[in-house]
Amino acid sequence: MSSPSSSARKRARSSNPPTPASEDPLSLSPRPREPSTGELQPMPTSPGTDMQSPAIQDTSLFSSPYHSSLLDMSSPLIYDTPSRGTPARQRPDLGSVRKAPQVDLNSEPVSGGSHFIKSSNCLQSKIFGLYAKRFLQRFIDPSSREDENACLDLNEPLYMQKLDEISVVGDPVLNVNCGHIQTFDADLYRQLICYPQEVIPTFDMAVNELFFDRYPDSVLEHQIQVRPYNALKTRNMRSLNPEDIDQLITISGMVIRTSQLIPEMQEAFFRCQVCAFSTRVEVDRGRIAEPAVCRNCNTTHSMALVHNRSVFSDKQMIKLQESPEDMPAGQTPHTTVVYAHNDLVDKVQPGDRVNITGIYRAAPMRVNPRQSQVKSVYKTHIDAIHFRKTDERRLHGLEEENEQKLFTEERVSMLKELAAKPDVYDRLSSALAPSIYEHEDIKKGILLQLFGGTRKDFSQTGRGNFRAEINILLCGDPGTSKSQLLQYVYNLVPRGQYTSGKGSSAVGLTAYVMKDPETRQLVLQTGALVLSDNGICCIDEFDKMSDSTRSVLHEVMEQQTLSIAKAGIICQLNARTSILAAANPVESQWNPKKTTIENIQLPHTLLSRFDLIFLMLDPQDEAYDRRLAHHLVSLYYQSEDQVEEEYLDMAVLKDYIAYARTYINPRLCEEASQALIEAYVDMRKIGSGRGMVSAYPRQLESLIRLAEAHAKVRFSDKVETIDVEEAKRLHREALKQSATDPRTGFVDISILTTGMSATARKRKEEVAQALKKLIQSKGKMPAMKYQQLFDDLRGQSEAAITKDMFDEALRALTDEDYLTVTGKTVRLL
Amino acid sequence: MPSVQDWINNPLGVVDGAFAQNNSGAEWEKKVVEYFKEKLKVNGAQSWVPSLNDVPLHYLKPNSLVKFRCMIQDMFDPEFFMGVYETVDSSTNSKVLRCGKYKDVTDCGQVDFNSRNAVTSERQTFYCVPIPGESQWVKEISFHQARVVPSTSYTPNRHKRSYEEDDEMDTQAQQENNCQWNDSHRNVESKRLETEAPSQNNSPSRCSSNLDLNFPLPGEQGPACLVKVYEGWDGFKLNDMLEVFGILSVDPALSLMADDKEASSLLDPTESMETVEEQRAHSPPASLVPRIHMLYAQPLKHNNPLLPSAVSEDKGACRFLSGVLSELTSVRSELLTYLTHIFLGDSLAAEYLILHLISSVYARRDVLPLGKFTLNVSGCPHSSPYTDQLYQIIQQLVPSSYQICMSLHNMNNQRMVPRKDYTANRLVSGTLQLASNTSLFLDETQLEQGQLDATGVRNITALGNLISWQKVDYDFNYHQMEFPCNINVLIVSEGRSLLPSDCQVHLRPALSPPNLEEYLKTVQLAQASSQLNKYRVYFTVARSLDYNISDQITKAVEEDFVEMRKDDPQSVSAEDLHRMLIVARLLSLSYGQTSLSRENWIKAKQMEMMRISRTQQQKCVNGNEP
Repeated sequence: MSSPSSSARKRARSSNPPTPASEDPLSLSPRPREPSTGELQPMPTSPGTDMQSPAIQDTSLFSSPYHSSLLDMSSPLIYDTPSRGTPARQRPDLGSVRKAPQVDLNSEPVSGGSHFIKSSNCLQSKIFGLYAKRFLQRFIDPSSREDENACLDLNEPLYMQKLDEISVVGDPVLNVNCGHIQTFDADLYRQLICYPQEVIPTFDMAVNELFFDRYPDSVLEHQIQVRPYNALKTRNMRSLNPEDIDQLITISGMVIRTSQLIPEMQEAFFRCQVCAFSTRVEVDRGRIAEPAVCRNCNTTHSMALVHNRSVFSDKQMIKLQESPEDMPAGQTPHTTVVYAHNDLVDKVQPGDRVNITGIYRAAPMRVNPRQSQVKSVYKTHIDAIHFRKTDERRLHGLEEENEQKLFTEERVSMLKELAAKPDVYDRLSSALAPSIYEHEDIKKGILLQLFGGTRKDFSQTGRGNFRAEINILLCGDPGTSKSQLLQYVYNLVPRGQYTSGKGSSAVGLTAYVMKDPETRQLVLQTGALVLSDNGICCIDEFDKMSDSTRSVLHEVMEQQTLSIAKAGIICQLNARTSILAAANPVESQWNPKKTTIENIQLPHTLLSRFDLIFLMLDPQDEAYDRRLAHHLVSLYYQSEDQVEEEYLDMAVLKDYIAYARTYINPRLCEEASQALIEAYVDMRKIGSGRGMVSAYPRQLESLIRLAEAHAKVRFSDKVETIDVEEAKRLHREALKQSATDPRTGFVDISILTTGMSATARKRKEEVAQALKKLIQSKGKMPAMKYQQLFDDLRGQSEAAITKDMFDEALRALTDEDYLTVTGKTVRLL
Repeated sequence: MPSVQDWINNPLGVVDGAFAQNNSGAEWEKKVVEYFKEKLKVNGAQSWVPSLNDVPLHYLKPNSLVKFRCMIQDMFDPEFFMGVYETVDSSTNSKVLRCGKYKDVTDCGQVDFNSRNAVTSERQTFYCVPIPGESQWVKEISFHQARVVPSTSYTPNRHKRSYEEDDEMDTQAQQENNCQWNDSHRNVESKRLETEAPSQNNSPSRCSSNLDLNFPLPGEQGPACLVKVYEGWDGFKLNDMLEVFGILSVDPALSLMADDKEASSLLDPTESMETVEEQRAHSPPASLVPRIHMLYAQPLKHNNPLLPSAVSEDKGACRFLSGVLSELTSVRSELLTYLTHIFLGDSLAAEYLILHLISSVYARRDVLPLGKFTLNVSGCPHSSPYTDQLYQIIQQLVPSSYQICMSLHNMNNQRMVPRKDYTANRLVSGTLQLASNTSLFLDETQLEQGQLDATGVRNITALGNLISWQKVDYDFNYHQMEFPCNINVLIVSEGRSLLPSDCQVHLRPALSPPNLEEYLKTVQLAQASSQLNKYRVYFTVARSLDYNISDQITKAVEEDFVEMRKDDPQSVSAEDLHRMLIVARLLSLSYGQTSLSRENWIKAKQMEMMRISRTQQQKCVNGNEP
């Protein structure tokens, strides 16, 4: 930490204990707090807070004789560092400006079997440094999955490679994962957590020693600082309690406010106004001991502070708020104050989700500086040591849930037990929205959507990402609890968005650029689709959406990205969202005589992007009615307890889905791929018999996704034939509902892919041919009356021919260059 | 009752006593809480405790036991405080252990911050406001019930008295401080009294002008309180109604801090981690926002003072309840006649209004709230005082209510959804932050044609969400947070309301009195206050009854449904069945019956039939579909 010269100076001075404070302010960077001052005389009381009268009390602080000797023994700063001239940099993040009050150290779990005995002295500190060194030199993490370790050799000591990196890059910061320390040396880890203020400097020492031994010639801006992160005590803000004071903690939350930069004085520069003798005084815990006497000319009260020669460090206040996921229902989020120092300043912006590792501090508040009464409340804050943005990695397209949701052992075994049950699929689907009656297949479809397929990356072959998300459209009569289903899903998934087609614009769905009124900076504000990346976007009243809004969805639903070119910002955002949409029929009631397209009037290009399209219709069947009535009535008299049980199910379901999404990545096995091929060929065959195509590659992709999702439901790493079977069944079921040609009763995929059934197209063809024949039979007439031709055709044909059909036939013949229509006459060419 | 006086007037003495007795374990903390709980359980003991709702703050003795009927408006961050600390007497150098629980500031003497005996504890602060929209009659009745109010020591010559009190405090402070400070202190104190005393006496609304007390509804009065909670704070939720028993703390030192803040923040930039706004919101002067250190809190199911707050706790309450139940039916018929008069002879609308007023969300199935019954009374005359008077009548019947005039101006300007203010770090309230079972009266007749701006659209959406899902999405700037609620929404409109509703009744007046206003007044005056009290009790009791459906009736209902669908599947949908079941439920409860009977099911069906035919007729009259 300190350069050799300064430490030498310190040692020289401290060998001469009773130096008056006025002459010899301790030039020590933030002094680590002693773990135990119990045997020794206690430290002078309550520094830091009574700013008003430093001069009176402070003399005692600095003139105490044991003080400096104690320093000499224990401070790792004096530890011999071979840093060869690289300046040390102060760590205001460790030595708080305020000394934290009482934490009863004896009660902490340090004792038994620990190699760190509490009364720290030189030897202990050295031993400790050795442990730290051993860790850094030897730690190997063969199973590393972190992205920043991507290009490192996993079989070599991890942190030595990182030092290597530092020597190349020149960024003197070493991030150390506390999880690594714990697996390597649990005692060391415990010490680190309990006494970060003492242990981190020893780590600093060890690292610098190692580094400058290996790379004696490298030049760094300052000495390397160790930044531990991921202290396993990661918790949410709510669980912080007084026991955590002065310990190393990691909490997650959202930044809501950042302050201006606060310059904090680290070293004050004084000059004597009589003889111009200058001296430096370091700030100790927020206070400067102003020299009362000039050492050179012995004039009293002649020293004046020179601001622009004093040394300042950066400091920033950050307000962190609990992330909404961590909150119990019905309560408001908590906030915590975090101080960032030096280069951590301005690392985070309001709105960022971060994991902060730091030391938790508490300081008493004084009611009035001139009063001895104290407000019996502490102010708490965290001195940040390390920031990690949690949403940053979303941009890299990595699975972020890896560390996000940790399950307890029992929970995992419970989930696995559940997964092993043969009827897990049915169980889960019936647990989904139990208040909505029946519609089993729809629920199954939504269940598969919640699990999603396996994400595949074909970017190397040029195809890009394959969509893994399953999109579902529900259409049907109003009042068939579509909205309720959507609401349920929205409440179930962690990253869900709910919008209504009526109220949302393209901008609200995608993203828009806004000028920040304060900074004049352009800011990208994300809309529902981007926000639900990796989640589900529920869109109600899909049919009410304007065309321009809908057009946005084309890209999202197949490429899973969102391109923006606005106000000079051109970018592509990830929007890997599943879409669950609900649409009402145009005529308010579903017309069974019409096709899906005709009923909901949505462009077929969009419809073909939905994997499953379900109709939610009123079945109008007595047995169904009876069951429905029973279901509803039971809803109205079940007691509170029974309702509670349902809630339990919802929690289990949530965890089950989260677990499967995180840990299960099924791949197709040989049999399954054969089955899929067969299924696809079968689907094509059905159609070809009647001269139409009934399946496209898109349907095959849907089948694969559904089969994968079903394998996930079973917690299986392999997609097997049963998965394919269920996928086939569900897909067929959905098709049967939505792609049945009302005229023929056959399933016809082209209704969805081209917007018109093959029979309809055939029919059109036939009418045109009949018309052509009719005209030919009339012989060589150059022109005919439109109305008369229409009447003739109607008279001739056995099927009813509407005017529309006639017009269409004429148009077809025009396209063939057979005739032209001008006004009310038809001319042959 | 000398003992009563003791634990009410000097509760801290009890606490300190218990602490001194056994300061070793955490035992004493439980003992203290138990002690006060026992004391309060004694018959009628609660009414001996002065209430902040009734008694102006400056009549109350500092550090005495008080109660406060309130709603949790905001929850602040937990704070760490010195649970046990050691003070050093500078003259003798002797150390004394002291207890810091239930106190805001430390006692005299230099505090030893490095003492090894000190214990840091945690407590939570809730910002509580009086129950929003509480009806005048609730306030009056609870005021008269309180047995402690006319206590002679407070009433005469109050100004002098309060000065004396302050003088006492001053002399205390004088002992430790120099004169110069004391002078400034006295200045501040007297200033505080000058500004506060008249405002508290005459127009309490004035005190909120200089400091925003953050009441959900505009024009609210009463004190807001910072309630310090020492245990089990996870059990409380935002918008819970509570009756808090605790120690009142109005230490002038607390207010002084706010004054001094600006000076000290200039001196030390690091000290100012709180902005001025935050200071103001989190540590307002104790004279305006007193602190209460909670000893015991009773969650309130209702705020009707005519009923015991905790149902079925003691025998008296049980007897009272059975008495009410026995005459429930007769009260109902009287009430029906009364409301029929109000609705100008329309008994069907009156029936539905009764059902609406006893409805309450009793459970939630995944996202679906069960038991809500939003009523839309259409056919109300446009721009006449009728709707206002209707609201006044409802106000007289329910314990808390609020009227929103849905005029364009109001919709575009009112802040309905609470919003988090990150600068002040508090939840800025909105009109939709209401306690359970508040009646929300939406007057759509005031709505005229015109442009809704962004706020207006947001407000309409919020109202729609409130009605359909019984939840309000509070705006936390970076995200929204959903808070479930239980609010009875009544919409009055000319035609069908633009907001969704569970049930729409078209008003069909049987008589048209020449002077509507006069008529309604005479109807109202005809009701004696004892009569009104009966109605008030009726609503609260009927709402809290349990309900079930026997298997036999379930069968019958199923049969009925199948039968109805057989004739014409279009006529009855699942939604209709939902509604019929709610109507049947509420109808049974309104007669005090806890299970569905055949007759009530048939009656519910008939009522629905009549209502629907009426709306359809209305459609025909208008000639176009809404």
